[in-house]
Amino acid sequence: MYTGDFALNFNERLIFNLRSLYSKRGYNQYKMSKFEEYDLYAKNKDFLISDSVITFTDTNGKLMALKPDVTLSIIKNTSDQPKSIQKVFYNENVYRIAKGTNTFKEIMQSGLECFGDIDNYAIAEVLTLACKSLKMISKTCVLDVSHLGIITEVLEYLNLNSSSKKDILKYISEKNAHELSAYCTELGLDEKDIEVLKSFISSTGKPNDVLNNMRDSLSDMVDVKLINDLIDIISSLDDDIKDMIRIDFSVVSSTHYYNNIVFKGFIEGVPTSVLTGGQYDKLMKKMKRKSGAIGFAVYLDALERLFENSKSYDVDTVLLYDDSTNLDTLNKRVSALMSIGESVYACKVAPEGLKYKKLLNINDSEVI
Amino acid sequence: MDNMLNVALPKGRLGEKVYNMFEKAGFECPSIKENNRKLIFENKELGVRYFWVKPSDVAIYVERGAADIGVAGKDILLEYEPDVYELLDLNIGKCRMAVAAKKEFRDDNQKTLIVATKFSNIAQQYYLSKGRDIDIIHLNGSIEIAPILKLSDVIVDIVETGTTLKENDLEVKENIVPISARLIANKTSYKFKSDKINKIVNEIGTQTEA
Repeated sequence: MYTGDFALNFNERLIFNLRSLYSKRGYNQYKMSKFEEYDLYAKNKDFLISDSVITFTDTNGKLMALKPDVTLSIIKNTSDQPKSIQKVFYNENVYRIAKGTNTFKEIMQSGLECFGDIDNYAIAEVLTLACKSLKMISKTCVLDVSHLGIITEVLEYLNLNSSSKKDILKYISEKNAHELSAYCTELGLDEKDIEVLKSFISSTGKPNDVLNNMRDSLSDMVDVKLINDLIDIISSLDDDIKDMIRIDFSVVSSTHYYNNIVFKGFIEGVPTSVLTGGQYDKLMKKMKRKSGAIGFAVYLDALERLFENSKSYDVDTVLLYDDSTNLDTLNKRVSALMSIGESVYACKVAPEGLKYKKLLNINDSEVI
Repeated sequence: MDNMLNVALPKGRLGEKVYNMFEKAGFECPSIKENNRKLIFENKELGVRYFWVKPSDVAIYVERGAADIGVAGKDILLEYEPDVYELLDLNIGKCRMAVAAKKEFRDDNQKTLIVATKFSNIAQQYYLSKGRDIDIIHLNGSIEIAPILKLSDVIVDIVETGTTLKENDLEVKENIVPISARLIANKTSYKFKSDKINKIVNEIGTQTEA
């Protein structure tokens, strides 16, 4: 079925395009119920963006929830096949408290998950799809990539307790070098180690430059295979994808769930990140799965205002007729207008507030 | 897309000091010093636009992308926890967040502590970290009066010189965190306007070190 551009808004077209993009790489659509047992979220509260969930009691007495997240449900309902790989994508509504308001919101989310033997190819493919998803939204976009494994190994090497690790990660995520420095001095870390931690804030930019520098400066603290793998993965990407990627360690997701590569996508003109993802083997392990996993989500609600001025009119043409108009003539006029690509609102009196480009009267000889 | 760098400045004396730092850093906008009631000022040549907003609103303007960067007190950042980058401590507007009470008050841990404050989140986090059970009364001003009228046991508020406390027969019992003005940036703006933002951070950074 042909659907003209005016029949679909930007988000609807985007969903079609994303579906086509993911399907071509063998991802299958995953449809799920709106509800899930609350227990699933209660056990993994930290994984959720907001820990408030809409709950209700089902007819059998079970406490149910309106899905605040898609990933947990997919993991729960997908078989564990650690030696092969399973690829799924979704377009689903989730229900969360929107930041700054205290009300629940229905949020349309698209994304994909890849479970099983996550090798460098699988990671490169997910990064490619993340970049291509962003490009479908806008040409001015960037994917910030970080590696939690590298940061975690440095924090382990410095022998910090879990509360200090959490504080340091927070400073890194805020690019807050001044407080990071003061905090580490208070912890008694030496100048050289503080500089290493500060380099996670200052080292941003093109992947090759940043990662090669890091390999030299972190060789005592980190298994260099982690850095080499990341260099190999990014080197294997097409040039246009590589150009979109920047290393930025301020992308910090929960270290309880994510373990390796993590990333966030930004579009010029949208104040928050529109895409978030990463490798979450730790969450899989927590859910008793042997498989690894990587995925991302595109937040379509964040895009709502990006193209808000694109539609100045409700309809191209209002075609006025009256009781004397012949039905056949009216149908022909409407069809003729539609055939030249215009949207037509045929009525006897135009409703108040309807915005149109042209007002035509069917009895007017100058019509069409 | 707008190529101007939008800067939210806190209205008032602190904001004027901050603007002077931006001016010294090479991002001047002389019209801002004219005595009028305008709120938005721009220097198209330098590609910078300043606007005055209520100090407690700066973080919202920046988080929501209406401003690319701005200057907000650490108290506001701790209270509202906006999702922004905190790029620089400007080392001005220095004060501290503290717990104050009547001189004779002693917390014997026997009952729920009643805390009056404008900064409910900061107070809650602070007492949570100490495992102390509290009841918060959110007030919007004249916090010092609360312990005097027995509305609360203690207050959590900003203390600059301590004069107001002294004049109301109160004293600082515990310091929570030092406060000063911070340069913050919207995360998306930082990706696409990083050259200009980093130039400002570096230039103003040298002023704060001096």
